Amino acid sequence: MTDIASLPALRISTGGPEPGVELVQLLTPEGERVFHPDYAVDFTDEQYRALYRDLVLVRRIDIEATALQRQGELGIWASLLGQEAAQVGSGRAMREKDFAFPTYREHGVAWCKGVDPMKLIGLFRGVSNGGWDPQDKRFNLYSIVIGSQTLHATGYAMGILKDGAVGTPDGEAVVAYFGDGASSQGDVNEAFVWASVYNAPVVFFCQNNQWGISTPTDHQSRIPLYQRAEGFGFPGVRVDGNDVLASYAVTRSALDAARTGQGPTLIEAFTYRMGAHTTSDDPTRYRLASDLEAWKLKDPLERLKSFLYKQQMVDGEFFDQLDSDADALAARIRRETLAMPDPSATSMFDDVYDEMTPALREQQASLARYLVGFAEAVQ
Amino acid sequence: MAVLTMAKALNTALRTVMESDPKVVVMGEDVGKLGGVFRVTDGLWKDFGEDRVMDTPLAESGIIGTAIGLALRGYRPVCEIQFDGFVYPAYDQIVSQLAKIHARSKGTVKMPVTIRIPFGGGIGAVEHHSESPEAYFAHTAGLKVVACSSPADAYVMLQQAVRCDDPVVFFEPKRRYWEKAEVDVAADLGLADPLWQARVVRPGVDVTLIAYGPMVRTCLDAATAAQEDGHHLEVLDLRSLSPLDLPTVLESVRRTRRAVVVHEAPSYVGLGAELAARLGEELYYEMEAPVLRVTGFDTPYPPSRLEEDYLPDLDRVLHAVDRSLGY
Repeated sequence: MTDIASLPALRISTGGPEPGVELVQLLTPEGERVFHPDYAVDFTDEQYRALYRDLVLVRRIDIEATALQRQGELGIWASLLGQEAAQVGSGRAMREKDFAFPTYREHGVAWCKGVDPMKLIGLFRGVSNGGWDPQDKRFNLYSIVIGSQTLHATGYAMGILKDGAVGTPDGEAVVAYFGDGASSQGDVNEAFVWASVYNAPVVFFCQNNQWGISTPTDHQSRIPLYQRAEGFGFPGVRVDGNDVLASYAVTRSALDAARTGQGPTLIEAFTYRMGAHTTSDDPTRYRLASDLEAWKLKDPLERLKSFLYKQQMVDGEFFDQLDSDADALAARIRRETLAMPDPSATSMFDDVYDEMTPALREQQASLARYLVGFAEAVQ
Repeated sequence: MAVLTMAKALNTALRTVMESDPKVVVMGEDVGKLGGVFRVTDGLWKDFGEDRVMDTPLAESGIIGTAIGLALRGYRPVCEIQFDGFVYPAYDQIVSQLAKIHARSKGTVKMPVTIRIPFGGGIGAVEHHSESPEAYFAHTAGLKVVACSSPADAYVMLQQAVRCDDPVVFFEPKRRYWEKAEVDVAADLGLADPLWQARVVRPGVDVTLIAYGPMVRTCLDAATAAQEDGHHLEVLDLRSLSPLDLPTVLESVRRTRRAVVVHEAPSYVGLGAELAARLGEELYYEMEAPVLRVTGFDTPYPPSRLEEDYLPDLDRVLHAVDRSLGY
């Protein structure tokens, strides 16, 4: 196992336009472990392997879902390609009780929280709006209106405070996921205000993937996003979002600060959306292929793979097994997607209210009668 | 029995629900130390503390958005929007989030959030302080929308709204805040009319006046005046705007065969339009006259020196009654 203290200190520039902006990195794109004065991980070999396994399986889910969409089995898919490390790193940094509030692209966090990928597939196929129990998974349903979930996360964190479940190492905390585009939303800025004023135990995890559909981050902000936190009165940090170790370490540190009563942190995970915004998008209309090529060299999977090799933590058998597991996962996703039934038409009325209204009961019955009558007429 | 203003009746209701359920929290702008700009939350901050009566930052979307998170955590937030015209920054959180979370989660997540909104005109206020935005919310599936019209009802309905596991938008007629009436503060909530039930507040036989919130008082006054002309008007207080208690409306109009809907909100695509459509569908062969509407005009709420011309009043109601009886 690597002795972290013996690793050389290294400060990395972002590769972005801002001079002097610090980026927390623990693993270089070439797979070299680097020392950081404030952040560290002390994984066992098994934990390193498990992280890599997460990255591979999450990417496989994404690729399979994209293929299913292309074959007409899903209405749409929002790919996380390129953002696996940010999501798995932050997702694995959460404890079981910590509650995550995702956007619609957090498939990697969903994986870490134990949400069956078929639930995500079901959403994008159009059979449900998610279908997992947010309380049980400690993972809220996907939020599609950009930035809205950051307020829910903050309110939930305020509830943790009211419950007195904060202020000790056993405290609870929340992660609010959002993106660079969302950082312009009023709700996100209001969430920053609330979290700061109430000292709520929430970690704002912004995946800056450089694009809000076709709009680059410099159209959202004139300063690096993490620096916004200072104006709201809490710390901000930029982490290499393609570095799963750094993403883990920074998130864990922010969560620990939150759960022990030190309030919110903004993490800007600097990453890149390697795919389209969704399967309906065509990024060739607005970005250069050369950008993509440059980011391919920073691939989150390749650098950990390289590290595992160099440290001799893995062998051919490990990769064979992982490939086989990924194949099996993809096959299950495909099989279960093709077999996934549509919900009954009348189910749309069921949960509009906790207490169904007479008018809805009547509409539901009316639709049922119509469908029966229509079916009989067709015969 | 106690004689209370509507504001005090609402205040007493909040105190009662806060005493009985420690998960009830009050949140909004200036609801703490100040007791709210209309004093509806007066004294609660002192007695329940800032943990349960929260002076929030000044941002309405933040109020509702964090209330949703608190509800997810098991709390039962009662949010105050300071004035009707200030609710729109929260509109997305209300219609896209609060209203849809129960359905989105297939019923696994309950959203027992109450949003109190002082609404309507007649107080000589500046722009954005006199609006009637109820139709925006009644149009949204997943929300329940109610309006109280009297101190006694305010006291009961607010408690019912807070105890409801669905989100409720609770409209309070601000120009009636200071009107006093007897309130049975010892009333057994279990024996009260359900929150979703309309009520005939004055029986009559010639025309049914259908109103809610501030216009119930106006219609009662119109009915008293009409009696001098020998017309016996029935006044029906809808109380719930969504869901609509259609059976009670139909029962009344089936008897009177004439209906006039009265609200301060503009007529176009308002509650009156929905009621006219429903009455047309259900009582096409039984009515003697088309459903008429007495409403605000389809303009922005005017500067207050013009609001007497904008708002339905006794004379405009009686004018519509005459037209209805003329068919």
